[in-house]
Amino acid sequence: MLKLPVSQMEELFASIASEQSLYLPLETNGLIAFSRWEEGKQARFDQLHCAGSVKDFFFPQTENLALFKTSGKEIHIEENRDPEEAFVVFGVRACDAGSLSILDRVFYDEPADTFYQTRRRQGLIITVACNAPEETCFCHTFGLDAADPGGDVAVWLLEDMLYWDSRTEKGHALTERLRGLFEEAGDQGEETVRKGKADIGKIIDRLPLRDLSLERFAGDGMMEKFDAPQWESLQEACLGCGTCTFVCPTCHCYDIRDFDTGHGIRRFRCWDSCMFSDFTLMAHGNPRPSRLARFRQRFMHKLAYYPENHEGLYACVGCGRCITKCPVSMNITKVIKTLGVDQHA
Amino acid sequence: MQRIIGKMREKAKELLEAGTVDAVLGWKKGDFAYDPTPAFFYSTDELDMLAYDGFCGSNLSKYLVEYGKEKGKVLVFLKPCDTYSLNQLVSEHRVDRENVYVVGVGCDGMLDVQKLRDKGIAGIEEIEEAGEDLRIHTLYGLKTCPRDEALLKKCQSCKGKEHKLFDDRIGAEESRDIANEDRFAEVAELEKMSPEERFAFWRAALSSCIRCNACREACPVCSCHTCIFDNARSGVDAKANASEFEENLFHIIRAFHVAGRCSDCGECSRVCPQAIPLHLLNRKMIKDIQSFYGAFQAGDSADQCSPLLSYSPDDIEPDAFDRWKGVM
Amino acid sequence: MPMSTESQVQANAPAKAPTNAPANAPANTLINTPGNEEKDGKAFRPLIVSFCCNWCSYAGADLAGSSRLTYPADVKIIRVPCSCRINPLFILRAFQRGADGVIVNGCHPGDCHYSTGNFYTRRRMALLFSMLDFLGIEKERTRVEWVSAAEGARFASVMREFVEQIRRLGENKKLGDIRCKE
Repeated sequence: MLKLPVSQMEELFASIASEQSLYLPLETNGLIAFSRWEEGKQARFDQLHCAGSVKDFFFPQTENLALFKTSGKEIHIEENRDPEEAFVVFGVRACDAGSLSILDRVFYDEPADTFYQTRRRQGLIITVACNAPEETCFCHTFGLDAADPGGDVAVWLLEDMLYWDSRTEKGHALTERLRGLFEEAGDQGEETVRKGKADIGKIIDRLPLRDLSLERFAGDGMMEKFDAPQWESLQEACLGCGTCTFVCPTCHCYDIRDFDTGHGIRRFRCWDSCMFSDFTLMAHGNPRPSRLARFRQRFMHKLAYYPENHEGLYACVGCGRCITKCPVSMNITKVIKTLGVDQHA
Repeated sequence: MQRIIGKMREKAKELLEAGTVDAVLGWKKGDFAYDPTPAFFYSTDELDMLAYDGFCGSNLSKYLVEYGKEKGKVLVFLKPCDTYSLNQLVSEHRVDRENVYVVGVGCDGMLDVQKLRDKGIAGIEEIEEAGEDLRIHTLYGLKTCPRDEALLKKCQSCKGKEHKLFDDRIGAEESRDIANEDRFAEVAELEKMSPEERFAFWRAALSSCIRCNACREACPVCSCHTCIFDNARSGVDAKANASEFEENLFHIIRAFHVAGRCSDCGECSRVCPQAIPLHLLNRKMIKDIQSFYGAFQAGDSADQCSPLLSYSPDDIEPDAFDRWKGVM
Repeated sequence: MPMSTESQVQANAPAKAPTNAPANAPANTLINTPGNEEKDGKAFRPLIVSFCCNWCSYAGADLAGSSRLTYPADVKIIRVPCSCRINPLFILRAFQRGADGVIVNGCHPGDCHYSTGNFYTRRRMALLFSMLDFLGIEKERTRVEWVSAAEGARFASVMREFVEQIRRLGENKKLGDIRCKE
């Protein structure tokens, strides 16, 4: 483990940014969001979550797929991928870092999605441990540890010191490049981090969602859950907007659409939301015509269908964004509590 | 306003038991101190979960468009500002007045938990609302914040304590006085800027838009059966903004479509996950309507005609719009 | 069925200067004006969408044509049954797809074929133009004119003037869609 005084973080950022684009939490338009770092910009680690999740870097809201042009009777197809860049995202929390393994399983599944694949290859994740978890956090429910956040490099900000621990080949290579900036953390540093982790653990034990249990979601009860009468009252408040899906680090549904530019067709991919009335709209109509069906789809996908297809791995990382962002405060924890408890009471 | 919850439960119980209403639309207690969810209550034993506190900012009028037809007669709890929206919906025949039993509830000004978070208050476990200061119990100790500093944007320029339509009222006289900001002040500031500055302001704001449609879905007057932006045959349907133009288009069209109907309930800005000041577009339209065509407040009564559905032979010409710019 | 004004314009146009300058514009108005950058060695030619109500303005445009009055071929006319048929989306989509200026033409207030249609247009456009201005879009890019069926000469002069105004203003960059430009 290496260390660097927090007062020298600016130098660290400058060194990273000299060869790769560096994104970290910055205040932009009244929001704290991952934005491109430039000299003089103040990184904000005081709010736990950025408005958008780290998903946005690997699976952007819109991306170009192809361009069709006609000349005479011929159609030309051009690939117009957005340009590649090597980039580093600094300040990712354990939950967001955990979301990538969920997305990987979808986009790496054969035939692998080369757009996603390229970005994953080009991107490096530097996580930061959560010294002050929020009341909305429930990453522990999914086996993630806010105190030991993973990624290519894990960072702890403790007592005016930044502790740096690289975890992957990519992380080691970056560490090698930046080696001159750091000092060895030594036994004392290891001890500080150990204590820091224990302190975080103590807060996690006090979180209001610490006892959230998914026990009854695992295994066979899928159809029982699907038919549960509670969906009716749960969905009543839902407005059918896409906020939860768009701020979610694991929601990954997309649509492929064409835009007629007047002299060609641009094919692009964009996020879709199961909450939208035109989600998976086909010639015959929508397979989920009611809001209840669409609302149920989102939670069943995360808590039943995805785990069914991926060895019991849930498609939620407990970041709590849907809790803070839902306009009507209806969210996955309320669904879990209602369906988990009432069903077998 | 937790102090009136007992009376609200009693009223709901009385009307449900008497069969006057088939359902009660209110807020249901959440898991945290700040997350009550709009909910229907069908039986008296569910009413323990009915909540009314400083975080009941959501405007329940919108639910009546869809559910007002399905659930029989509905008792709805409305804050003074929410009644403007319902009036507007009644005037547009989107809600049948006969099908709704409106209980106007008093309001102390609703709170925005994000404002507390922006002040660095994290790990919020419990919020005590008594008095001028909020006492916030957090995982990291007790914090306090003056209530006025945590008000929702829409409550900083309150429309007043008067319920514009109601069948009954609870706690209306007890509503707290709120220092009232001029709701057009920000609009006038923008008007005074140069077009380049205004363009930069809106570009920065609207480029954050993720097209979640929360503004549209929460808006009481955005009640088209199929929005043009969801209609595959419209040529402008989109699930994401694929260009800067589309970022502008959605919000221009939405603001224009609600012009003359928007009661300035402020739900659009409250629900925006990206903190876009959408209310400014609506307030600009309201300010213009008042300057060009005289005093008008949508939802003031169910009988008035929207200024965009009427005219006067002496109306201003379109190129004269900037005569009132910067004037508050 | 009125004669196509555009073809009339084009029939007259080739005789003019390659810049297609209006007949009565002083030759030097195109030089040294902001926004009028040369692109690929060619002077900027704006694209103007002119919505014309069927009963007055379109007939006015037709009269301009049959009277052999000229106005720049940069003006593309779209006929609508009444100026109040124009929805803000029409105007925005015109800008999206490359228009540099949009002009709405209707009957004079009080003379609407449907009695009151243009009174509504007047209110809607006042509010729409004000909102576009509020968003920082140049207010000179949009205009409403009342042109009667008898005002062929006025139609031509309004078009000449509007084209010139947009030419001076330059390309519409703020409200265009970059995807339509490539």
